[in-house]
Amino acid sequence: MKRFLGFVKKEFIHIFRDYLTMIILFGIPAILVLLFGFVISMELKNIRVGVLDLSRDEVTQKITDKICSSGFFERGKDLAGYHELGATLRGGKTKAILIFGEDFSQRLLSEGTAAISIITDGSEPNVATQTTNFITAIIGDYNRELAQTDMPGTLLVSPEVRMFYNPTLKSQFMFVPGVITMIMILICALMTSITLTREKEFGTMEALLASPLKPAQIIIGKVVPYFFLSLIDAILILLLSWLVFGLAVKGSILLLLAELMLYILMSLSLGILVSSIAKTMQQAIFVTLVGGMLPTVLLSGFIVPIESMPEIYQWISAILPPRYFIVILKNIMIKGTGLAFVWKETLILVSFTAFFIVISLRSFKTRLQ
Amino acid sequence: MNKAIESIKVSKRFGEVVALDNVSLEVNRNEIFGLIGPDGAGKTTLFRIITTLLLPDKGSMMVLGLDTHKQYRELRKRIGYMPGRFSLYQDLTVEENLSFYATVYGTTVRQNFELIADIYSHIEPFKKRLAGQLSGGMKQKLALSCALIHKPEILVLDEPTTGVDAVSRKEFWEMLKKLKEKGITILVSTPYMDEASLCDRVALIQGGKIMDVDTPRRITEKFPRRIFHVSSDEMHRLIRDLHQFAKTDSVFAFGRYVHFTGIDDEVETSELDKYLSDQKHTNVLVEEIGPGIEDVFINLMGQQ
Repeated sequence: MKRFLGFVKKEFIHIFRDYLTMIILFGIPAILVLLFGFVISMELKNIRVGVLDLSRDEVTQKITDKICSSGFFERGKDLAGYHELGATLRGGKTKAILIFGEDFSQRLLSEGTAAISIITDGSEPNVATQTTNFITAIIGDYNRELAQTDMPGTLLVSPEVRMFYNPTLKSQFMFVPGVITMIMILICALMTSITLTREKEFGTMEALLASPLKPAQIIIGKVVPYFFLSLIDAILILLLSWLVFGLAVKGSILLLLAELMLYILMSLSLGILVSSIAKTMQQAIFVTLVGGMLPTVLLSGFIVPIESMPEIYQWISAILPPRYFIVILKNIMIKGTGLAFVWKETLILVSFTAFFIVISLRSFKTRLQ
Repeated sequence: MNKAIESIKVSKRFGEVVALDNVSLEVNRNEIFGLIGPDGAGKTTLFRIITTLLLPDKGSMMVLGLDTHKQYRELRKRIGYMPGRFSLYQDLTVEENLSFYATVYGTTVRQNFELIADIYSHIEPFKKRLAGQLSGGMKQKLALSCALIHKPEILVLDEPTTGVDAVSRKEFWEMLKKLKEKGITILVSTPYMDEASLCDRVALIQGGKIMDVDTPRRITEKFPRRIFHVSSDEMHRLIRDLHQFAKTDSVFAFGRYVHFTGIDDEVETSELDKYLSDQKHTNVLVEEIGPGIEDVFINLMGQQ
């Protein structure tokens, strides 16, 4: 045990003395989160809203005015009929269209409820979500005003939101699970594979192997510091996205941490596996970047939705652990679901981890080749 | 008590290259044993087999009576190994390196400090310095301290003096003598022939084969011929002219001198003097000397 602790201490010294490692560990995650966050969540201002008003009465006029005078939107084209919808949105200037059905106010009075359709341009998902959120809020405001008037019954204007071009609209916070998934692979797999191959390249592995240290001690000693640092990193990312972008984790924090640890462990064991194959640091970097990072970014559903991939990529995606982790994160962080909804993905990650650990322990040589 | 090292018909090849060919060797306890040979002779491979880092293809290797294949765990605790490449952590300080190796071997610096005190005193003033910033000689002393910190019974040093200045080399060999007095068996390899005479016994290795094992003195005594060192003002012409001399067997340049052996022991200094004067060499010096390890080495290589 003392030997092991001595080894861990040495690893921490390596990490803290190397500026580059520190930058990769803490600089890159922060920069990525801020970058993604700011690019994606731009301020909503003067969004052009078209109106298709088939009712043309006092109420629809009032609602339209209320929305367009809010400062977020400006009044765009008045549409003559449904047939103009597609052309208007495709024109690109109009980002959303309000549709009031025929006899809007009459229905509101007689049935107590009337629906407004909001159609947004889903090809810009962030603008689209924010637009619908804002319009919904403004309509909610109007409902409250209605309730205070002496008009009979409970009046309710209920917005029906429909998005064109990207019907399952991703939330603007979807990037956070993606960034966490990517960074954990980057740090855990890349760093551990580099640190192990560094020992080989600098010739220090020869001295380590000649010592009574057991392979497990060397491997776990390498992994422990990165395990804790990665965990700190993940928490840092969560804090940043909460403090800067207001993304609060909806589900259980404990479950989230447990899943994070599992994923970190999986990535670390992947890194060890890489280092047992790679002889030099360059090889290790190449293998992790090409074999780990790229598929994570492209095929895990982080950027391109898995459902819209060609079938062959969907199959490849199925053997990529990050894919399952993104699902887990989205469920816990954004939907707020519990283990009951992610146990399958969790189980898959557990099996990946076990598989990598067994293989890497087996392939670690107690002698030089 | 068994031998410190017992190598029985050890062979090792890497693909097509035969690194060791049927090497049989015995090293006694508490001696300084030198492995002398040029680069690529197989010294490092032999040392890696001794330190359990490589397995022989054929043959068996016993160190301290333990098999390097089956009992490597036990053995690794009792061997101190200093690899040919500087194998300490450059980004750790002198002190940190030493205490790291101490903990790895399950001991502390204080526990065995007495053994390394003498060596460590040279580098102690720089103990807060990163190992990567030390000079060659100091790196070597630190590496030796680290290899010794667990009080090994046998110390294996792979070319410890390569790339080290002459003064540090001399100091280093003095340290090895003191370690021997403390009962440690030392196995050392070197490409420098002059260091051979500082060992108790040496093995000459070339092309993966052991050519001879003996004390340095006896090895040189076995040299079959009288040997002369010759010099003149024109080195290159001297070598050329000597090659054309009728009674020449071999001519090799050794620094400022040429080592000459004749076809038989009948060749006299006066004959050489006369021949070289006739060739109009100036400042000619011809003198009979005792053969060195290097002469033996070259002679043995010529025989192969």
